[in-house]
Amino acid sequence: MPAVTETREQVEKLGQSSYKWGFETDIEMDFAPKGLNEDTIRLISSRKEEPQWLLDWRLAAFAAWQTMEEPTWAKVSHPPIDYQDAYYYAAPKKKAGPKSLEEVDPELLRTYEKLGIPLHEQAMLAGVEVPEGEEARMPIAVDAVFDSVSVATTFRKTLAEAGVIFCPISEAVRDYPDLVRQYLGSVVPVGDNFFAALNSAVFTDGSFVYVPKGVRCPMELSTYFRINARNTGQFERTLIIVEDKASVSYLEGCTAPMRDENQLHAAVVELVAMEDASIKYSTVQNWYPGDENGLGGIYNFVTKRGACRGARSKISWTQVETGSAITWKYPSCILQGEGSVGEFYSVAVTNNRQQADTGTKMIHIGRNTRSTIIAKTISAGHSDSTYRGLVRILPKASGARNFTQCDSLLIGDQCGAHTVPYIENRNMAARVEHEATTSKISEDQMFYCRQRGLSEEDAVGLIVNGFCKDVLKELPMEFAVEAQKLLQISLEGSVG
Amino acid sequence: MSDFLNISGLHARIDADGAPKEILRGVDLVIPPGEVHAIMGPNGSGKSTLSYVLAGREDYEVTSGSVSFKGQDLLAMEPEERAAAGVFLAFQAPIELPGVNNANFLRTAVNAVRRARGDAELDAVAFLKTVRAATKKLSMSDEMLKRNVNVGFSGGEKKRNEVLQMTMLQPSLAILDETDSGLDVDALRIVADGVNALRSPTFSALVITHHQRLLDYLNPDRVHVMARGRIVHSGGAELAKEIDVQGYASFLAEAA
Ligand SMILES: Nc1ncnc2c1ncn2[C@@H]1O[C@H](COP(=O)(O)OP(=O)(O)O)[C@@H](O)[C@H]1O
Ligand SMILES: [Mg+2]
Repeated sequence: MPAVTETREQVEKLGQSSYKWGFETDIEMDFAPKGLNEDTIRLISSRKEEPQWLLDWRLAAFAAWQTMEEPTWAKVSHPPIDYQDAYYYAAPKKKAGPKSLEEVDPELLRTYEKLGIPLHEQAMLAGVEVPEGEEARMPIAVDAVFDSVSVATTFRKTLAEAGVIFCPISEAVRDYPDLVRQYLGSVVPVGDNFFAALNSAVFTDGSFVYVPKGVRCPMELSTYFRINARNTGQFERTLIIVEDKASVSYLEGCTAPMRDENQLHAAVVELVAMEDASIKYSTVQNWYPGDENGLGGIYNFVTKRGACRGARSKISWTQVETGSAITWKYPSCILQGEGSVGEFYSVAVTNNRQQADTGTKMIHIGRNTRSTIIAKTISAGHSDSTYRGLVRILPKASGARNFTQCDSLLIGDQCGAHTVPYIENRNMAARVEHEATTSKISEDQMFYCRQRGLSEEDAVGLIVNGFCKDVLKELPMEFAVEAQKLLQISLEGSVG
Repeated sequence: MSDFLNISGLHARIDADGAPKEILRGVDLVIPPGEVHAIMGPNGSGKSTLSYVLAGREDYEVTSGSVSFKGQDLLAMEPEERAAAGVFLAFQAPIELPGVNNANFLRTAVNAVRRARGDAELDAVAFLKTVRAATKKLSMSDEMLKRNVNVGFSGGEKKRNEVLQMTMLQPSLAILDETDSGLDVDALRIVADGVNALRSPTFSALVITHHQRLLDYLNPDRVHVMARGRIVHSGGAELAKEIDVQGYASFLAEAA
């Protein structure tokens, strides 16, 4: 029916321009020369006034990287990446480094405001309406990373009073060298994988969190990553250490301008949870996904891993992945402490030509360790999405338990969804359960919703949000509302 | 001609495994405002198809004929526009929406049509008040609101849920496709009460049914017999009683 085709075209047009975070900030930048070699690494290290040990660490990582091959096992494809044809350091020019928010370049403040992340301390995470019947909520401390550097971190004083350290990692290297040296690379070793090695060699900034014994972090912490410069990779490094009986909830958000080129984002995140400690790590990943023909977009190749070192410690990953041209990411838990708990809640949405290969690894080492995996995969357009998960139970992990639930939802018939669960159980007294479903949004469902007055977009939004409910409810309220909207926006133009 | 619902010479077909299959073969039907009409007829005569075509289901291709609704060309409108204009279809087989909370669905739908009709949206509190009043009137438990749309509902619960949606959406044309089938007497009563509560000079209903019992409660203004894709006979409420006793045989002979 022509009327329908027309609507679909209109909606598709909407879809193309629906990435509203795609603007570019015009600001003077300090670049390292293009290309990757020891000199680049020395330059990054000297710009950051790093100690010798860290330079040596980077160079060792670089040496390891040079012997490694880009992994090919993921179900994604892209033209070869020319690692010499990119900038590895790009920072807004500034005098000494802002001591306070007043010193931050107003252009940057405007950028974050436009992104809905105001960097003044009274403010809430904006762009999110307060749900009915709810009070304005607790403030959130934000670390804003712009290309290669952290440009501002809010609420540091309030946090310091509680004993919590929240600062750019480059600053932590200077101010808390012992902590950084002890833990950096202790969860993800420099030679862990190709992209982790690359990150270790050239990482520029990221967040550092330390929560001392017995402290419950008094507010949510968040880092907002923004890629702005052209031809520039972003290699951030995040390290979160939570001591005995302490806890923290940390959120991460990311956006980038719309560009025809592909940009590389290769981050490493390391979490360490000691006895009875708990870390909740939430991500809403919304890097530019490329246009509807697959031109441009971020290559998001990320290594995230948490070590539950102490007994009864808990690490919970929640991710909503809507952006990036390619996502390659497996947030994992090493369940070492007796009775420790690992959780992975994931929604991965791909539309148009996006590709995602994402999942988790749960490594059960200690006795009575438990893990839960709930992965929701939504594919639309010509996209392709794979859940890849590993549950490994080592011989000593008696009483270990895992429950895995993988659900795929297909929108249209040009897309693909795949589930690749690996289970390695070397303990007879462990229990592993796996459930998987695949479904489609049916014509019947669409017609039913539309007969009740819902637009196609609202109908898909409702069904998709219903499909993801079990994951979305794990997000902190602020992010849950944003994530719901994001899901709907990223699927615009996918039905008709 | 009445300007409420006017179906004229309606032909529609469906693509059945590559071959077009004509199902509606010249339906003529006029429903004036404020009236309740019943359609009866043997299985496979095209009753559900007619209701789908009126609601705008895309798999059916209208090859000729017209439908005007309150002066508008109904066939040119998208399904959601028809809903906003007041068309409500209670499905013969209501659809399940896994993970979608029933109350949330209902509120989204109510607000979508309110928006389209230029009315203010209902906030959570106002919605809850309205929906509680509706469930109470239909002797339904509020527990049904917390479940996912039609998922795990019994046949009777699904039908009652359709009536609840109808009550909340305040249509001006309600099409009920065998909403009474498989219901016990009490549930039947609820369906009838749902329709009767909406009755007004600006509301009409098209009730597809096989049973005299529902019509006893509704007291229809007109009863039509559909056979082989056409309305073959029309009469007053007494026609339904006749069919109840004699069956369709005599009308089918007429249609052939
Ligand atoms: N999607 C379809 N594909 C093929 N045939 C169909 C389809 N829908 C309806 N029909 C056929 O059209 C005729 C009328 O069906 P329907 O409208 O459901 O009748 P009723 O509701 O009166 O029982 C039947 O022969 C039925 O098999
Ligand atoms: Mg039928």
